[in-house]
Amino acid sequence: MLNSLLVVALVAIIAWLGAAIGLGSLFGVVLPYVAIVVFLGGVVWRMVWWAKSPVPFAIPTTGGQEKSLDFIKQAQWDCPDTTLGVVKRMFLEVFLFRSLFRNVNAEIKQDDPVNGGPRLIYYSSKWLWVFALLFHYCFFIVFFRHFRFFVDPVPGCVSFMEMIDGFLQIGAPRFYLTGGLLLVAVLFLIGRRLVNPRVRYISLTQDYFPLFLILGIVVSGIAMRYFLKTDITQVKAFVMGLVHFNPISADGIDPIFFVHVCLVSTLLIYFPFSKLTHMAGIFFSPTRNLPCNTRRVRHVNPWNPPKDFLTYPEYEDLYREAMAGANLPLDKPLEAETKQKSGE
Amino acid sequence: MAKLPTPQELVANRPAFPAEAWLETKPKFVPGSYCYPAKKETMEALHMPHPHEWDPAADDWQLPENWEKILCDAFEDRLKKHRSLKLFMDICVRCGACADKCQFFLGTNDPKNMPVLRAELLRSLYRRDYSMLGKILGKKIGARSWDYQTVKELFFYAYQCTECRRCSLFCPYGIDTAEITAIVRELLHEVGLGLHWIMDPVKNCSYTGNHLGIKPHSYVEIVEMLADDCEDIVGVRPKTPFNERGHEILFICPSGDVFADPGIYTFMGYLILFNELDLDYTLSTYASEGGNFGSFVSFNMAKKLNAKMYEEAQRLGCKWILGGECGHMWRVINQYMDTYNGPTPSNMTTPVSPYTGTVFKNAASTKMVHIAEFEADLIRHNKLKLDPSRNDDLICTWHDSCNPARGMGLLDEPRYVLKHVVNHFYEMPENTIREQTFCCGAGSGLNTEEIMELRMRSGMPRGNALRYVQQKYGVNRMACCCAIDRATLPPLADYWAPGVTISGLTELVANALVCKGEHKRTVNLRQEDLPHLDEEEPEGNEGE
Ligand code: SF4
Ligand code: SF4
Repeated sequence: MLNSLLVVALVAIIAWLGAAIGLGSLFGVVLPYVAIVVFLGGVVWRMVWWAKSPVPFAIPTTGGQEKSLDFIKQAQWDCPDTTLGVVKRMFLEVFLFRSLFRNVNAEIKQDDPVNGGPRLIYYSSKWLWVFALLFHYCFFIVFFRHFRFFVDPVPGCVSFMEMIDGFLQIGAPRFYLTGGLLLVAVLFLIGRRLVNPRVRYISLTQDYFPLFLILGIVVSGIAMRYFLKTDITQVKAFVMGLVHFNPISADGIDPIFFVHVCLVSTLLIYFPFSKLTHMAGIFFSPTRNLPCNTRRVRHVNPWNPPKDFLTYPEYEDLYREAMAGANLPLDKPLEAETKQKSGE
Repeated sequence: MAKLPTPQELVANRPAFPAEAWLETKPKFVPGSYCYPAKKETMEALHMPHPHEWDPAADDWQLPENWEKILCDAFEDRLKKHRSLKLFMDICVRCGACADKCQFFLGTNDPKNMPVLRAELLRSLYRRDYSMLGKILGKKIGARSWDYQTVKELFFYAYQCTECRRCSLFCPYGIDTAEITAIVRELLHEVGLGLHWIMDPVKNCSYTGNHLGIKPHSYVEIVEMLADDCEDIVGVRPKTPFNERGHEILFICPSGDVFADPGIYTFMGYLILFNELDLDYTLSTYASEGGNFGSFVSFNMAKKLNAKMYEEAQRLGCKWILGGECGHMWRVINQYMDTYNGPTPSNMTTPVSPYTGTVFKNAASTKMVHIAEFEADLIRHNKLKLDPSRNDDLICTWHDSCNPARGMGLLDEPRYVLKHVVNHFYEMPENTIREQTFCCGAGSGLNTEEIMELRMRSGMPRGNALRYVQQKYGVNRMACCCAIDRATLPPLADYWAPGVTISGLTELVANALVCKGEHKRTVNLRQEDLPHLDEEEPEGNEGE
């Protein structure tokens, strides 16, 4: 945990110092280009690596009643049997975190009055779901809002999103709700890893690292906007330069900007080589993205080995006498076999 | 068998999490924590790699010289074959949503029984070889090398997972630890590590066709005896067609139903039901095991054992196969069979119920229908005369077995049937049934005596839920449609909810079934007195 925090702090400090001694173009120009290339290339490479292995078996987790008899109601969302149904299931999974929504917390009560002894009780536990949703959606909206810097003129949808996001109308510059919520959500996710003993036990350095990285990104972003009040027109001119592959001088931009950019670049570079690929991976998950119609439609395994089993004739050869004794029908009658033997 | 602690003690003495990080702790192989290893001859008979004698409690497991290379190569091979494996290795975010969803974790509080850590055991090895940072940073980011202890650890925890898929339901990416467990078991088999209680049945199924290795004539004899019992109880002797050609339907059920109490009552139920329907069917001694023990070993072994079903349907010229009540049998049939051994032989056609005309379109390709579907359809069309009051001594609940629930979605068909054949039915708490069901805690080859305490631990969630309805509603019977359950749940119920008995669905159907030409029924299939016996019943008792 501390390691991750240190690494993130180090990245931020290097960026700050670098910008301060005039290496702004390194952190503001070269790094972002590299990061985007690595990110895009890396994610594609990861998806290709997955796709190179076949899906030998159709193993959807049936999350409810299968489609069978017409008077039995199918769980259409959780046990879909058509492609459209699977799309719906995936939609719920990707946009609403359907499986996480099921989460419950199991606790044992030693002396339950009903059971007259121990009893496991399940408490609804939607916090993880709430904060995970909050985190991902706020992250997305904040990301989306940044298009104000990448596109000129600012697209209507971006301005609209900004308007909604800033509906509280407090502060100048106007306070964006999602920025604040994102900070809260990240802190929850970090806090949960530290406080919940089970999650703490399973957490690895690479679980804290992206959280701290994102924390750094959010904090530097918020600092830039609300506290240091970085000159936005200058930043936009600089970013537009990047977008048009015509970088302009970074002189005069607050170093915090480079810290922000550097942290984002680190996240992008780290992304394809880490668990963050779950964003793309979920679409590949065979327990979710296949229809539950496995008895109706045959799924083909490209490496299906040839059949190798004890065939009926071999079986009969093994047990012919016993079978005859039990008056079981035989393909090759016993007499024939004995005759054959005696003839030899 | 060591004496079991009381339920209170068992819950109270679950140890706290160790102080060390999980990469530092190692499992202790004390008696009761592991199942007995497979015998050398068994492994040889099945042509498994590196058959050898070994003892899990010993330091040296007698692995082949180059075991590390074998395992690394096998792992690479599985990554190439299974996208699921690559994906599940890559995208787990360690959110912990799956942690307390596993009955083994709940019962043992062993952190490595959290599905996420069970998978991390393999993922840590993956990290070393398949991620850049893993090679450089090693343990700091949870990467490690293969060593003897790691192999032991993989073995330990791969056999404390029943492949029930409960974790996969709750994981936001659908990561299925059952799939990982299955692959780890495959890897371990590459160096000759397997369980006696799995490999022995596999060998038997492979040869004799049933898991106890009962020869064809004894098999027939047992079935005839059960038919005699049916005659005593009902007054009509059911037909017992074996290996006969030219019938419309081939019926295959788990062989446990033929041999073991209380499964035999379910088998008698099949016989009585089919006889009453005058079903055009045959049994087979060759394909007499529906349950697929191979699926606890490797995908190829599952394929091998499963192949007999279509082979026999082809030989006998059956149009479709009706399948009995079994969990892992149906996981394989529903999600693997067609892929393994399809397309179906040309003589087979889309199943149609001969009585209701219902076309089982959902089984159009596999051509196998579950008996609960078949029965529900019959009842829906009023084809069965039922007197549920004959089951009035029973207050029932329904245990969704893990495989039909999460690998098939068979949830409401058996409930529909059950509600028509019994008058008293109560559900267990909602987080313990349907797709969220807890498994019996001893599936996937773990129902051995030597790990009884572990089984009671993993059975705790199911046991607690059962006890709850027992205490609250007086439930005294838990029905299920799984042969492994019928073997594992009785000790579980005796321990967690003494007084509750276990049965299959069709046993209850046959109890309630009013047959043509039956004599006055005085006992149920278990030869226990029927309820309401003293009350004078009107002639020609009307079913519902
Ligand atoms: S729920 Fe899924 S992503 Fe979360 S820790 Fe478990 S396996 Fe990993
Ligand atoms: S498949 Fe079942 S037993 Fe195995 S880890 Fe998941 S929840 Fe536990």
